[in-house]
Amino acid sequence: MKIKKGIPLIDQHDKNYMYGGKFGGNYIPETLKKPIDDLTKLFNKLRKDKKFLKKRDYYFENYVGSPTPFIKLENLTAHLGGAKIYAKVVSEANGGAHKIYNATVHCLIAKKAGKKYIVGDTGAGYAGKMLSMAAKKFGLKCKIFMGAKDIKRQRPNVEEMKKNGAEIVPVTTGSQTLVDAVSECMRYWVSNCDTTHMCVGSTVGPNIFIKICAWSTAQISRELINQVKEEFGKVPKKMKLLNCVGGGSSAMGFWNEFMDTDAEFIGIEAGGPKNSKLHAAPLTKGSKIGILHGAAQYVVQDKEGQIGSTESISAGLDYPGISPLHCFLKDTKRARYTSASDEEALKAYQLVSKLENISPSLEPSHAFAEAIKIAPKLRSSDTIIVNSCGDSIKDKDIIKKKLGSYIR
Amino acid sequence: MKSKISAAFQRCKKERRPALITYTVAGDNTKNNSLKILNKISKHADILELGFPHNTPIADGGQIQGSSHRALKHGIKLKDVFQIVKNFKKSNPNKPLILMGYFNLIYQSGENNFLRNCKVSGVDGLIVVDLPYPENKNFSKKCKKKSINFIQLLSPTTSKDRMKKIIRDSHDMIYYISMLSTTGGKLKVSPRKILENYKKIKRININKSLVIGFGITNKTISSLKEADGLVVGSQLCKTITDSIKKRQNPVTKLDKLVYSLKNKII
Repeated sequence: MKIKKGIPLIDQHDKNYMYGGKFGGNYIPETLKKPIDDLTKLFNKLRKDKKFLKKRDYYFENYVGSPTPFIKLENLTAHLGGAKIYAKVVSEANGGAHKIYNATVHCLIAKKAGKKYIVGDTGAGYAGKMLSMAAKKFGLKCKIFMGAKDIKRQRPNVEEMKKNGAEIVPVTTGSQTLVDAVSECMRYWVSNCDTTHMCVGSTVGPNIFIKICAWSTAQISRELINQVKEEFGKVPKKMKLLNCVGGGSSAMGFWNEFMDTDAEFIGIEAGGPKNSKLHAAPLTKGSKIGILHGAAQYVVQDKEGQIGSTESISAGLDYPGISPLHCFLKDTKRARYTSASDEEALKAYQLVSKLENISPSLEPSHAFAEAIKIAPKLRSSDTIIVNSCGDSIKDKDIIKKKLGSYIR
Repeated sequence: MKSKISAAFQRCKKERRPALITYTVAGDNTKNNSLKILNKISKHADILELGFPHNTPIADGGQIQGSSHRALKHGIKLKDVFQIVKNFKKSNPNKPLILMGYFNLIYQSGENNFLRNCKVSGVDGLIVVDLPYPENKNFSKKCKKKSINFIQLLSPTTSKDRMKKIIRDSHDMIYYISMLSTTGGKLKVSPRKILENYKKIKRININKSLVIGFGITNKTISSLKEADGLVVGSQLCKTITDSIKKRQNPVTKLDKLVYSLKNKII
């Protein structure tokens, strides 16, 4: 299994849409074959369409707010001693997270496809919040599927979605988290695919959704590679790009443009509570390949193939699967994956918020935890960049409960 | 040699009626009861579909999800599913039985191993909800080698060209999904429209037995009598749910329901 140079990673699949012959594909009910084929054709056309690209860039610049800041974390660097630590503050994007890129592109596509309704799933609530925002902006009716457990633990984002006029459908099956929200959203699409466009909130699901999402979040690294060259004159040799991974959309976007460079990729999964057997880290904890939501991937499951329960303090990472693209990056050894526990993420949130002007949400706090772990062991000539892809404000309730107080 | 599935369709044709095909979930509400249910309803039904439950089904509605959940809660495993089939086949060797489920369970047990277990226990056919054409080509060939019917699905969104290809690759029986819906949805298309589509598909190859499923209940079944076969699933699952709630015996309730379904199509 090998990654080809000079070809976008999302296009490195075979005729069955499998990456490395093992990951991805389209394991879908017959009813969805045609809508997915139609969407695939439309997207292939649009990504070559100069007018469409211009439109995308216009909205990325004027609506999402591009580029998002790239800053050196001087205090954290000094505190840890060792590698220079930087952050790409993607949480400065409109809405407060990277999910806005995928949501915006999906709305643009839905308009092109002549659809009036758009549906999507959400875990942390960011994907839902952004989709509801973008839907409002582009005049689409929006429905968001969200696990009942997540609705309770991510209230601020739920309020935002309501304000944007989206209908929130609580999902009460299974674990009542992201995995069930995605299933329910797909089931809804099976019944309504003639009138409705579906947006999958991360780089998971049938192949076309992985492609659209990674193609959209790639904006992050398109900006970053220029910012890095401006700061260092070139892409530094010993540069580590750290990103949390749940479904894997922000990491894909963060790494994409650096694929053919020497930059080192480190993905940090959610290890769950320190004393729990449960986690949401299929790559780190040796899960087997299975089929989830239409694609083959490493997935938390039992021997029989029933999807396993996960646990993580961060709703956005609390997903048993992982993008087939990350499985591909892992098996080709292009990226390395590790995990951080709930406790480590909380500590990282606290330290970064105390020392710096940014306050990462619990998802990127997993990546900061790894940075805090490795930075002291590295030299000052080494560079670490963390994608700070979400803001802690949405986790206020959880943080208060766990740490006693919330700082930002 | 003619398959038991083909033989069942032929018998029904002689009686000038559609085949009645039922769907229940293995292990719902218990392992024992699901076997008892199969034994009872097989007196009225012509072909039995038995679901092997998955906890992340992307094409099932609430009723079948509920049944799957119940079965899994009672600890049903694939080996139990095959045991149920084996025991059923002991007393009903000629009644065709089709297993239906999602691909991950087959993938985890290994395609060949899964098919071996099917063969040993007496499974006649397989429906894999999330393994569409052409991705299913290899697996369907493997099924054929073992004389197990791989049942292709067609839906209202399937183009005519694609239908032709799928039908060319199909075995004895084909399943037409009546409408854009998960299982158990309310019939939102008129039976006339469904039969119109049905006839179009039938014209592509008259020799394949074509059944209609999704949204069929004792209220709608008689209006679709012209088909080669009709599948009722969610209503059976719902009846189990209701009988548990009312502390009634699900086995006798299902027996009665399937008996009445049969009477509506003769």
